[in-house]
Amino acid sequence: MASKVIQALYNDDDVLMHAVKKVRAEHHHIEEVYTPFPVHGLDKAMGLADTRIAITSFLYGCLGLTVAVVMMNFIMIEDWPQDIGGKPSFSYLENMPAFVPIMFELTVFFAAHLMVITFYLRSRMWPFKKAENPDKRTTDDHFLMEIGLHDNENELAELLWETGAVEVKVTEKES
Amino acid sequence: MYTFSNKLRLGSFIAMGLGFIFLVIGFMSAPSTVEEAKAMVAVHDDGHGGGHAEAATESHGDQGHGVEASHGEEHDSSHDEHLLSQLKNRPWSALYVAAFFFFMISLGVLAFYAIQRAAQAGWSPLLFRVMEGITAYLVPGGIIVFVILLLSAMHMNHLFVWMDSEVVAHDELLQGKAGYLNPTFFLIRAAIFLGGWIFYRQYSRKLSLAQDESDDNTNFVKNFRWSAGFLVFYLVTESMMSWDWIMSVDPHWFSTLFGWYVFASMFVSGITVIAMVTVYLKSKGYLEDVNNSHIHDLAKFMFGISIFWTYLWFAQFMLIWYANIPEEVTYYVARFQDYKLPFFGMLVLNFVFPLLVLMNSDYKRINWFVIMTGIVVLFGHYLDIFNMIMPATVGDQWFIGLPEIGGILFFGGLFVYWVFTALTKAPLQPKRNPFIEESRHFHY
Repeated sequence: MASKVIQALYNDDDVLMHAVKKVRAEHHHIEEVYTPFPVHGLDKAMGLADTRIAITSFLYGCLGLTVAVVMMNFIMIEDWPQDIGGKPSFSYLENMPAFVPIMFELTVFFAAHLMVITFYLRSRMWPFKKAENPDKRTTDDHFLMEIGLHDNENELAELLWETGAVEVKVTEKES
Repeated sequence: MYTFSNKLRLGSFIAMGLGFIFLVIGFMSAPSTVEEAKAMVAVHDDGHGGGHAEAATESHGDQGHGVEASHGEEHDSSHDEHLLSQLKNRPWSALYVAAFFFFMISLGVLAFYAIQRAAQAGWSPLLFRVMEGITAYLVPGGIIVFVILLLSAMHMNHLFVWMDSEVVAHDELLQGKAGYLNPTFFLIRAAIFLGGWIFYRQYSRKLSLAQDESDDNTNFVKNFRWSAGFLVFYLVTESMMSWDWIMSVDPHWFSTLFGWYVFASMFVSGITVIAMVTVYLKSKGYLEDVNNSHIHDLAKFMFGISIFWTYLWFAQFMLIWYANIPEEVTYYVARFQDYKLPFFGMLVLNFVFPLLVLMNSDYKRINWFVIMTGIVVLFGHYLDIFNMIMPATVGDQWFIGLPEIGGILFFGGLFVYWVFTALTKAPLQPKRNPFIEESRHFHY
């Protein structure tokens, strides 16, 4: 279904922030903001829900730690015990300090990589995905705010010009 | 302007009084002869049975508790002498550990403060007066530590065995180190360290107050330069201080990252105390402009530096454990055998606990949560210092009893009294710091 949206372009992040606050104060629903770089505090200004990626990160970290423990136990204790530096590998617990760096690294590795992958998937970005970017200039030096239209085109356009937009246009959007 | 509440003042006096009494009892009950020392250990075996007396009973075999006759036969006289000096050291060690712990908090805060100044941080100027208040304790705390070191050099106690010329005469390693580890040079160094730190603290405070009244930023810029210079001085002297005042209680043992390790401990304790004092002042209606983003940042530092401390602790431990060189591992063997509870308890308090409870970003903004965590972290770092000093000075005769609790109460009371008195001396919010607006609007 195609829906009508109004898009306002800004060329300064401060102006954008004030515009976002003003538009929200007027009770319009901002569908999306496209920026060339992460704008500090924009998520709060837009009223986006807090990210839950920290929880996934914790779970991935726990998974990495478990993998490290099980892996080192299999490699160093069960499968091929060796006597390294006068410390025979017969007991996991007594050799544990030597495995701590690996436990740490795999915890970080799992948390970091799986978190990035989760982030991409949750943002619906995967290989060969067609870009959703409505205007190429938002990858350079412009900021774009997109608001859904409900027969209030003129009123909204006026409001957006007031907030300091450098360009305002109405387009159809596939969704 | 902050006014010192009577309740808190009274509390600090009561803590000091109680602590003083406990410490006096600790000193009075220390044995003065070998016979008394042996009797004390025997009585302990009777009274407590298990607990810390375990180590003592183990070494006597299975004859059971309080068989004094057989004790006498088993011991040779040098062992008895050793026991006596350990028991004599106990109140001194308790005093020293607590004195150093509270001194270290204000030194850690001073380092944090200097970093904020040198980095020209925008979020923290609202907290500068709190930090300056805490670093005020550097003066009395530093002097007390110096006096204890001086008394050690005068052979009032045996905290530092290398100060005993009898011991050095029979010890080639100590003779080799005598050029550095001798009482005179030791005291000169201590005076230089303390002099430098106290000078910076007083001068920076003066500039900070002058900045409020001036009409340009020269005081601010001067403070920036002195802070950067201080950090260089501090980096070197803090490391040497940790060798001198702590590592040298085990004069044969050494660790190259010991200075960092002690630094991490003082840094995290200092930041914790900044957070706790800030939350306390806020709860009393002061520091209106400090918001939960400031608390969040302090709690992030508490979390991060706790992990950093663990990293250094483990780096030090693992290399020594893996290399297994006799003169190095004795340090950990002593702790594993006789200090199981404080040694591993400290790891739980200083690492596992802050890791789990401070991980969630929302919890870092809850005031009472930060306070409760702070108390645990501070206790954990007291135990850290305890574990650094006690094994060398009292060996297996450790116990957290009257002198230890007395030390904490006395210096804790003095610390609170001194810090909050200093806080009443100037407005809690700097007026003309160039970053004060940024700090007031700090929101994340």
